[in-house]
Amino acid sequence: MTAIPHETTHASRTAGIAYILKKSLISALVALVLFSLMVGVRTEAGSEGQLTYWTRFGEVAALVAVVFGGSIVIELLRQWIGPNGTDSLVPPAVRSGMSFLGRYLAPALLIFTFLVPVIFYDQRYILDLGILVLTYVMLGWGLNVVVGLAGLLDLGYVAFYAVGAYSYALLATNFGWSFWICLPLAGILAAFWGVLLGFPVLRLRGDYLAIVTLAFGEIIRLVIINWQSLTGGPNGVSSIPRPSFFGIPLDNSDNGLAARLGIEYSPTHRIVFLFYVILALALLTNWVTIRLRRLPIGRAWEALREDEVACRALGINTTTTKLTAFATGAMFGGFAGAFFATRQGFISPESFTFQESALVLAIVVLGGMGSQLGVALAALAMIGGFELFRGLENYRMLVFGMAMVLIMIWRPRGLIGHRAPTVFLTKAHAISSDLVKEGHG
Amino acid sequence: MSGDQILNVDRLSMRFGGIVAVQELSFAAEPKKITALIGPNGAGKTTVFNCITGFYKPSGGTIRLTHDDGRVIALERLNDFRIAKQANVARTFQNIRLFPGMTALENLMVAQHNALMRASGFTLLGLIGAPVYRIAEKRAIELATEWLKRVNLLDRADDAAGNFAYGDQRRLEIARAMCTEPALLCLDEPAAGLNARESAALSELLLSIRDELGTSILLIEHDMSVVMAISDHIVVMDHGLKIAEGTPREVRDDPKVIAAYLGTDEEEAIAVMESGS
Repeated sequence: MTAIPHETTHASRTAGIAYILKKSLISALVALVLFSLMVGVRTEAGSEGQLTYWTRFGEVAALVAVVFGGSIVIELLRQWIGPNGTDSLVPPAVRSGMSFLGRYLAPALLIFTFLVPVIFYDQRYILDLGILVLTYVMLGWGLNVVVGLAGLLDLGYVAFYAVGAYSYALLATNFGWSFWICLPLAGILAAFWGVLLGFPVLRLRGDYLAIVTLAFGEIIRLVIINWQSLTGGPNGVSSIPRPSFFGIPLDNSDNGLAARLGIEYSPTHRIVFLFYVILALALLTNWVTIRLRRLPIGRAWEALREDEVACRALGINTTTTKLTAFATGAMFGGFAGAFFATRQGFISPESFTFQESALVLAIVVLGGMGSQLGVALAALAMIGGFELFRGLENYRMLVFGMAMVLIMIWRPRGLIGHRAPTVFLTKAHAISSDLVKEGHG
Repeated sequence: MSGDQILNVDRLSMRFGGIVAVQELSFAAEPKKITALIGPNGAGKTTVFNCITGFYKPSGGTIRLTHDDGRVIALERLNDFRIAKQANVARTFQNIRLFPGMTALENLMVAQHNALMRASGFTLLGLIGAPVYRIAEKRAIELATEWLKRVNLLDRADDAAGNFAYGDQRRLEIARAMCTEPALLCLDEPAAGLNARESAALSELLLSIRDELGTSILLIEHDMSVVMAISDHIVVMDHGLKIAEGTPREVRDDPKVIAAYLGTDEEEAIAVMESGS
């Protein structure tokens, strides 16, 4: 009895070698075709304008060999590190340790985040990076409502970020309203635009939805660029007021916070204050999302992601359900945008390109769609990791891209690959992400 | 006329371009009874179902639903989710449509969406944790628990629905439809893919829904053992037309029904129908 499974694994391993060789050969062949034209034949205009060319077959051979060897290595890595059926190379002891870690990871991270300004008080760079990471954590959590819970693929999330930022910037510079009044307004305006985007895309699914939301993001950016009289066009809006501590400015003036407390003024005060503001905003986003998940509306979002037709058969109004998802996600994007504007003091359309949408979406996907902790970790990895590779200069994108590919091979459903039930009778079991649908618009 | 009818379908027609799927179909379903809609493949049964449950808008005819309190609702004028929300018609699907990534309990909670939405003050009261909502949620969990007990899935309440065996998924889908507290339950081939023991359990479940809760049931079914055992009234369709109607006994002996099912070879057809009873 025991010999049979052993034999089958052996057979599958040898079949695997044939498969790897075949796949690598195909890759090498493709490389040969591509490189023989791109690298193999070098053409140049001669001194009299005639075409001169020479061949470089040695280089082509080297490149093809690298591709062949590389694809063998990648395939081996995939087989050994990657998910291997139900087998796992992780021993049970390590796994239980991981689950222990998982339970205490979120509180530990939260405490650490609270202490960051204390620990790194003198390191302005770390504080700035922390604010940046938290901004993306918040954006990720906001987009998570739309993509992770409701399963609506939104490629134009940056539009709501822009609406929030410009709402605050324009209200504050034109009417002199304070940050704390403008913040809810920015959220409401962004939510309004979320609903506005929601209406035309209600009937769209999947790729079509993604394209329209992408276009929406671009439309907002182009309107901002071209509506010069209101937004200042490509010049942006400058000298946006900084936030005050309940009406007390954080500056070097006589009635600034430092002067009132009788301590020496330091520009770090403002940075620390901003850090806690964005931390509070992000935690608000998290709290509201967790709460909403356990309410009928949140369950309807998830049900919508799982099966829209069944939702309709149960009497769930899919139109309002989708619109509330868009509006909620957009509102958090608007909050984050208002914060971004007050932190930067200057905003221009350049900050709201498609790249931002893609980055936030990547954070949500990498984190494991629908998982709050996963999104936070992914934001830390994406933004922090990107900074970590700064020393590599030109190769930064390359290394970063490769790290992303490896993670996606390793954990195709994101860092946190399971879903926690919103209600339970006896005990909440985590649901494997293999069962959870990704939604189709 | 509508005194003892919960559902009255009158000259219902459904055309898809040039194809007539249902032609001037009329039938009625009595309250607290099980009405079966049978017919060979492609007879238009599921089309009728989709018209009744709002997934299709009929090309012609009327569908009237009469509630206990005398309310009469024109189903052909409602569409989409409103049939389930306002007319209290629940349905299941031929190919099971559960929420596979959610637990059995969550599936039954989603079914109570509209009641819970009202209780949560359209989210606002729920967000601040108002006691009104907490009580409503507790009651919703109780209803779900009761249904899990009825379909014998209580010990699996916290497991993902996608992990359930096929027969369990079928029963869970019926429980989910019942959690909407419907006046009329429409089941599209509930016994498809079930073995003999599971079919018998299903028949028992449907009879208990009829007898204990007084819910009217309309079902499409191919499994004659189920249809003949539990139906009070059977409507037979072929090529979009009604060809027979009556009690199981009347329908079984109807030569038109036998011909529709198995061409003209009556002896073979009789054998099949008999074996099902």
